[in-house]
Amino acid sequence: MSSKYKNVYLQESATVVGPYEKEGPLSKYFDKKYDDLYCGADSWEKAEVKLLKESLNLLLKKKGIKKEDIDLVISGDLLNQITSSSYAGSPLNTPFLGIYSACATSIEAMILASTFVDCKRKKNVVIATSSHNMSSEKQFRNPTEYGAPKPMTATFTATGGASALISAEKSSIKVESGTIGRIIDYNQKDPFNMGAAMAGAAADTIYRHLTDLKRDVDYYDLILTGDLGKYGKEILKDYMREEYKIDLSKNYNDCGVILYDTDKQKQVQAGGSGPVCSALVNFTMIMDKLKKKELKRVLLVATGALFSPTFVYQKENILSIAHAISLEAVE
Amino acid sequence: MVINMVNKKYEQIVSKHKPTEHREQNALVAFIVGGLVGILGETLIQLFCHKFHISRSEASVCMMITLIFIASLCTALGFFDNLVSFARCGLLIPITGFAHSMTSAAIDYRKEGPIYGLGSNIFKLAGSVILYGVVSAWFFGIIRILIGGGA
Repeated sequence: MSSKYKNVYLQESATVVGPYEKEGPLSKYFDKKYDDLYCGADSWEKAEVKLLKESLNLLLKKKGIKKEDIDLVISGDLLNQITSSSYAGSPLNTPFLGIYSACATSIEAMILASTFVDCKRKKNVVIATSSHNMSSEKQFRNPTEYGAPKPMTATFTATGGASALISAEKSSIKVESGTIGRIIDYNQKDPFNMGAAMAGAAADTIYRHLTDLKRDVDYYDLILTGDLGKYGKEILKDYMREEYKIDLSKNYNDCGVILYDTDKQKQVQAGGSGPVCSALVNFTMIMDKLKKKELKRVLLVATGALFSPTFVYQKENILSIAHAISLEAVE
Repeated sequence: MVINMVNKKYEQIVSKHKPTEHREQNALVAFIVGGLVGILGETLIQLFCHKFHISRSEASVCMMITLIFIASLCTALGFFDNLVSFARCGLLIPITGFAHSMTSAAIDYRKEGPIYGLGSNIFKLAGSVILYGVVSAWFFGIIRILIGGGA
């Protein structure tokens, strides 16, 4: 289920973030930062659209291309009917694919884009994703001003829009291979412990990626999961060791704990989450380190919880999925 | 069978990495803050009784209106959620929590308009409280009639 790509490169990326990400340790990497969660819009949902729209415009500007040069936009987000993506993608007036795999969306988009580019069906493919802390809270949990107490395992939806350009033109970052995840059900029911719900999917995808491509875990300089958070990270390490005899203690980390300083930013609880969480780390710091050759081979594993409040209230398990893509610094 | 074993192993690892919540600390904070709200309520009742020369039951109604007003104002000004995150049940259980649940929902859904937004969502959280409050009031009323003859 893993496939290698011959001629796919990650060209450029653009990120726009909200106040909590601005305060976080990756602040210097973001292209545009807002101090206010409304970001100048008049509702949380419109703020999310604005963040995504701005990141798409910035991407074109940074790469110096026009919207006519884009052959396809693949985008997804958390809001019902992935509306943020549609409203943000609309002004580009390009062919558009809307996708959903919750917080694994950015990697799903990258796999699709790489496949289109590798079989030469499309030239320039833009992948994009967004999430907004308040629009997600409103949709999935309680009213945003309610401030309901949450357990320590709860994660904090990141606010931002992120996009990247993928094409066959040679650049310093090669998209080397990808693994499409399976839907995993480990009998998890707690929507305030997404790390536990998703760690099983990450384990399955990492294991299958390594076995499919006959690679050792040391092959990668860094394996990075999307948004498992403080506790989910430990669950993944333990489970990988016990179930698959794979030791992740040396080269593994999680975007959810990189995006925020979990010691100083107490409100993020167990760490960041949301589709944009992994994208804000992967499209900035990780791409930067690959360009500077500080990292040579990276495996990005974005994890998504496939559920809705309705199904949780109807006592169904929380399903999860993880997609993986491997990036390499080009010599 | 195999799936069950995997699930069991996974469940063990999950519970191993479940942090212990500070239940005692939370309970203590809620107890103190809730108590302070109670003291504030009683002070208001006494104040209304003596200042306006009204009966205790009338003063209680005025006290509730005052607390609802204060809580709703704090929610609207945007800092009551931070207080709730800290004091938890200390502010959610008293009448302040009820007011807060309605105001916060109203703020959230105001952009969807007065009917489909604010109107249909204002009782999103408070609806359960009202429904089960009325049901249990009826239930305890019956018990009171049966035992004490309604006195």
